[in-house]
Amino acid sequence: MFQKIKKYQFLFEELVKRDFKQKYKRTVLGMAWSVLSPLLQLLIMRIVFSQFFGREIAHYTTYLFCGNLIFSYFKESTMGGMNSLLMNADIFSKVNIPKYMFLLSKNVSSLINFGCTLLVFFLFCLIDGIRFHFGMLTLIYPLICLILFNVGIGLILSALYVFFRDISYLYDVFTMLLTYVSAIFYTVDTYPMIIQNLFLLNPVYVFIKYWRIVIIDAAIPSFGIHFLCGFYALLAVCAGAYIYRKYNHKFLYYV
Amino acid sequence: MVMIKAENVSIRYMVGDFKDIGLKEYVVRRLKNNYHIQEFWADRNVSFELEPGDMLGIIGSNGAGKSTLLKAVSGIMIPTEGKMEINGTVAALLELGSGFDGDLTVRENTFLRGAMLGYTRSFMNDKYDEIIQFAELENFQETQFKHLSSGMKSRLAFSIACLVNPDILILDEVLSVGDGAFQKKSGDKMRTILESGVTGILVSHSVAQIRELCTKILWLDHGKQIVFSDDVQLCCDAYEEFLITHSFPENNDPVNDLALKYKKRMAEKNKKDCNAYLNQFNLLKEQCPEAAVQFAKAVLKETSL
Repeated sequence: MFQKIKKYQFLFEELVKRDFKQKYKRTVLGMAWSVLSPLLQLLIMRIVFSQFFGREIAHYTTYLFCGNLIFSYFKESTMGGMNSLLMNADIFSKVNIPKYMFLLSKNVSSLINFGCTLLVFFLFCLIDGIRFHFGMLTLIYPLICLILFNVGIGLILSALYVFFRDISYLYDVFTMLLTYVSAIFYTVDTYPMIIQNLFLLNPVYVFIKYWRIVIIDAAIPSFGIHFLCGFYALLAVCAGAYIYRKYNHKFLYYV
Repeated sequence: MVMIKAENVSIRYMVGDFKDIGLKEYVVRRLKNNYHIQEFWADRNVSFELEPGDMLGIIGSNGAGKSTLLKAVSGIMIPTEGKMEINGTVAALLELGSGFDGDLTVRENTFLRGAMLGYTRSFMNDKYDEIIQFAELENFQETQFKHLSSGMKSRLAFSIACLVNPDILILDEVLSVGDGAFQKKSGDKMRTILESGVTGILVSHSVAQIRELCTKILWLDHGKQIVFSDDVQLCCDAYEEFLITHSFPENNDPVNDLALKYKKRMAEKNKKDCNAYLNQFNLLKEQCPEAAVQFAKAVLKETSL
């Protein structure tokens, strides 16, 4: 495993560079835009929803931003990842290299993007009067879980996309639905307990919830939330790895 | 020591409904029991063995399963049945042009391709200038790849690829890239690599090339193995006869049979040619003896007698 990483390190770096350049096309505004667009989205949501939910929810801007931040990272990472295998069909049908490299390099691009937005997010937290404390270091845990989760889902989607090209449309619809059940702009506190627990079936919601508890409530989430984060991440990665292992030599027939 | 050992290798391809239909259509067809997959064997029971320094030529008409077999050797595909044993590092130069990114510059593409072929960064740093020089692209290093001409593209691809220093080298129709001058340069380069003692597999439609470079030969036809042998000249004779008649004789030894027929055909052709030359020579002699001598010289030179 270690040897393999070393062997393919150069290729991985070059793939990351390529994806990055492909995405921003060497434009100056490219990077800035990818931070600006979630901010615009935030602005709209803030204006529209603060009338409905803003009064009951403390630090509503941070609350919204938190949800947006995590959800848009999830969405960008998985949607970008979906293409990654098919887009490189020309390469993996001619050269024998590990196919998951394409997905991982794509994920690095979206992670960098996420990092930029994250900086802006902390800036907003400051403005919104959020108190910074050492407990915030625990945010690293759900972040790692989220990255793993995104990689796993990316693996699954990119494999499916090779087999079924209409997955991209179906996934568009799916993410739109997921936006509404991730409690990005509303709170689930007013629902009965049963429904609140049903929300926990949505992994993205769990990640968002973890972040909000730490940042807004300045508390450490329960063991259950920790467990769910890890569980979803592992589940996604294992499923993805299993599919890649099983179909490693079959992708070729479908491209 | 055996470098490559293929034992009854069979590779199955799938064709049919499954491509491009999408998930919704797939579910519908499954429900209606109207989902069909056809399978076909691209290679069936192919066996061969290569020792260090061997150069295997693979011949056969289009669709014979040559490229599929190479994919199995390079590890891109695995045999559906049978066993493929590889001892050593493999570098496969399959279809040079593909896999480049049009938006990246020549420099960036060079490094990306080098990484794909398994070179290290320091190796690429050392060799970069050499590659560009060999490809004659010194003035295009920062040009986007899509703006290159197709000849330039394949020149770059070849130049990167020919730096390889593997145990096993696979060449799929790569000896003919670029214009005349570059073709000679690339041919020379390839020959130097091959003479360095590497074990190689060469797919080519040029029988002359196979005759010149190979020490063993494998003939495939529609996935079936016609012959694997180290008598390259005999098999090439047989293959050339097959290319003319497109039929196999119905007996146990088609290769020898074909080769014999080819020899006969060649002998006849030679005789015919000689007669034609002789007639022409006699005709010229009557009109102008000097021209006749000139003609005779030209013929001798051309046929290298």
